[in-house]
Amino acid sequence: MRSVSLTVNGVSHELELEPRELLVYVLRERLGLTGTVVGCDTSSCGACTVLLDGESVKSCTVLGVQADGRAITTIEALAVDGVLNELQQSFHEHHALQCGYCTSGMILAATSLLAENPSPTTDEIKHALEGNICRCTGYQNIIDAIEAVAR
Amino acid sequence: MSAPAEVVVGRIIGAPVERKEDKKLLTGQAQWVDNMRDPGMVYLGIVRSPYAHARIVSVDVTPALAHADVVAAWSGDDLTDEWAGSLPCAWLPTEDTKAPEHKPISTDKARYAGDAVAIVVATTRGGAEDAAELVDVVYEALPAVVDVEAALADGAPLVHESFGTNRCYTWQLEAGEVDRLFAEADVTVSERYRQNRLIPNAMEPRAVFVQPLPATGEFTIWSTTQIPHILRVTLSGMMGIPEAKLRVIAPDVGGGFGSKLDVYAEEALALAVARRLGRPVKWTEGRSEGYLATIHGRDVVQEIELAATSAGKITAVRTKLTASMGAYLQLVTAGVPLLGAWLYAGCYGVEGYSFECTGVFTNTTPTDAYRGAGRPEATYAIERAVDALARKLGMDPVELRRANFIREFPATIAAGLTIDSGDYDACLDKALELVDYDGVRKQQRDRRAAGDVKRLGIGLSTYVEMCGLAPSKILGAIRYGAGGWDAATIRCLPTGTVQVLTGASPHGQGHETSFSQIVADQLGYEVDEIEVLHGDTSVVPLGMDTYGSRSLAVGGVALYYAAERIAEKAKKIAAHRLGVDEAQVEHVRGRFIGPDDSVTLKEIALSAWTAHDLPEGVEPGLEATYVYDPPNFSWPSGAHVAVVEVDTETGNVELLRYVAVDDVGVVINPTIVEGQIHGGLAQGVSQALYEEAVYDEDGNLMTSNMTTYLVPSAAEFPRWELDRVETPSPTNPLGVKGVGETGAIASPPAVMNAVVDALAADGITDVAMPATPERIWRALEEVRS
Repeated sequence: MRSVSLTVNGVSHELELEPRELLVYVLRERLGLTGTVVGCDTSSCGACTVLLDGESVKSCTVLGVQADGRAITTIEALAVDGVLNELQQSFHEHHALQCGYCTSGMILAATSLLAENPSPTTDEIKHALEGNICRCTGYQNIIDAIEAVAR
Repeated sequence: MSAPAEVVVGRIIGAPVERKEDKKLLTGQAQWVDNMRDPGMVYLGIVRSPYAHARIVSVDVTPALAHADVVAAWSGDDLTDEWAGSLPCAWLPTEDTKAPEHKPISTDKARYAGDAVAIVVATTRGGAEDAAELVDVVYEALPAVVDVEAALADGAPLVHESFGTNRCYTWQLEAGEVDRLFAEADVTVSERYRQNRLIPNAMEPRAVFVQPLPATGEFTIWSTTQIPHILRVTLSGMMGIPEAKLRVIAPDVGGGFGSKLDVYAEEALALAVARRLGRPVKWTEGRSEGYLATIHGRDVVQEIELAATSAGKITAVRTKLTASMGAYLQLVTAGVPLLGAWLYAGCYGVEGYSFECTGVFTNTTPTDAYRGAGRPEATYAIERAVDALARKLGMDPVELRRANFIREFPATIAAGLTIDSGDYDACLDKALELVDYDGVRKQQRDRRAAGDVKRLGIGLSTYVEMCGLAPSKILGAIRYGAGGWDAATIRCLPTGTVQVLTGASPHGQGHETSFSQIVADQLGYEVDEIEVLHGDTSVVPLGMDTYGSRSLAVGGVALYYAAERIAEKAKKIAAHRLGVDEAQVEHVRGRFIGPDDSVTLKEIALSAWTAHDLPEGVEPGLEATYVYDPPNFSWPSGAHVAVVEVDTETGNVELLRYVAVDDVGVVINPTIVEGQIHGGLAQGVSQALYEEAVYDEDGNLMTSNMTTYLVPSAAEFPRWELDRVETPSPTNPLGVKGVGETGAIASPPAVMNAVVDALAADGITDVAMPATPERIWRALEEVRS
């Protein structure tokens, strides 16, 4: 076991972790943040995407111990007082989700993209999302939702 | 033209209402099965055979029991007394269909790579995974067979030795004088296609969580299922647990596409462990594990022949399928290819029709329903064959299609069923206009003339499909084990809101929204005043679940009729309150209007609850249930056009444009309908260009995870160009048809016809799916040499 301190959605946690524990399971099983989900075991699908110090990472490819001392943002932190943030609202308005399983990861990947590149082209959006798989929407409405927020 | 139908046009039906489901999904508050945890819970781990075919010589679980976290470990032999029967197969197409014993865990042989041979139960997730590795299984490897045609050859390894053959069944349908029509035909074409094996890839991996209550013998089963009601019935039978003691909950379910339309070994195993240990049990599939243990789709060899006149009138269609069942029959494995049995003439009128399908066991993961289930296969074969005929006749594929369209509806087809409505010309007209057919044909000619190495191809798919399963009588006649009805309950609460109970079980389709629209439209409630409950057999005891594009066309129509029953009863109470005759009261969307005064449904709901002053003989409360059994399937249709660019130097295909004009009857929510079509198109285009589950000759799944099986990303698709034609279905009062599968059904042939069209001048007449750069490059090399 290793002592690790994580700041998750602005709250600090002191945890004793097994070295092999993946960050996604730390979030889901130790902290109860089940908005981050697991969709594969090969780092392919992006369903588990979170922000680590503001940048998107697949939380299935980060060990909990690697996140020691760092700040993590999950989907649960985006809406404030029950009000959806701009991206969440745009996903809603553009019907950019169906089953919703990829949605947390998709929104956090888009958050990271827009932080780096506030005015991406359609092609840049498509390529930024290459690591996030959605099986329901055919992607068009996701791209539209992100474009509507980009400026 | 289609028969005129009375259509309900309301202010909310047809409106792009934003989804009620979204907020919890957008904020991380969805309730996935894997979120579940209870005090004392244990984790189930499955030991799976690495061999596609092997005799199980011995299973020693003692090394696993030594693991600190392990509470139990059992072999198949240890668990035999748990099963009252096999995992269910609800569809044995013929009397002599060979249905193998299929216990959740094998005791004699492993019949596919991934077949369960032992289980471990541990107090931690990691412990279960580790301990599964410790179980010592001795196998005697046997020769495996993975190809359907090889499996039928003499001397092929037998998946189930007791049958003496790998042939599961042969099912035939014949109408008209097919042989004569072929003998008299001016022209015939004979084509052979292969439906690539697909992995459904719902984004949420499967999971099951079982909570036992040992004192009463009750179990609550949380499952990532499309079919909580069917799961309850079938688990009851196979586990020997009274149905009334089982509660199945499908909470938020992350996609299905048919892969969660099944009763899986792990559901039974988790239930068995919960019964043995009296503790809550959870199993969650790893994605790579799921590639082995969750059903696959397609894997069919198709032979299709068309007979036609020199003018291009198709007179007969003859089809022969050889379909892989995989190693066992899952819930509807054997019946899936037959869901296309009536559709191999597509939307074309023919006199003669012959269909034959042979199901074959192989040492592979069982196949079962995957989006479209039998109908993408049929549509692919006829649409590809029609293009082959057009090439042979030197006709434009548009003109050949028009020469054969069915135009009178309802239309009883040679195969024997009746198409409800449609206007195939209107769909095609719109699609051609949208794509600028003449313009893209000119571009194609210009490129060819200029010797451009990047060829342009244009592919059509004009389709009709049958969905919304469907009349129970017909399902019974084709030996399907369940009915085709669905149920809905409307409960008008005294406080002015409504509970709707639906037997459909959504997993991304937005039923809470579209079903609210139906009720709002009829009974005058606001969409937000309606709560749609589903997916819990204790809350909604009656239902037939969600698959085969049936939810709206069956469950939604049940809801319409339940609303009529509410209005009927409310009218009696309204007349009483208004002191007038019932005949003098008119109902307009929740307002009951008498000669002088009116009363609202909400007021009536309150007075029905207080019951202080109800008319004689009227029961208190305002609630109605309707169980609807549709008189026909629903028959969506449409015209799709794909435009591709094929690089003859690299073999790469780029889908430049995709136009889809669909007729799905009356649309309740256009946004949701478009979303369904987008998703279906993505899956169908992927079947054509990207996806294929590949086994080596020993039965190892070579595309064994998401890095080797190409699930497409946002970068792979163009912008979908959609339009609609609306011929209301005369079958139901809403005029609706199914929409969930149309995109996946129509698109593979559109794309592949475009690929072949691009390369036709190079001498290529066929490319197998998926049309990978390598396949195309090799095909070009072959014609060049």
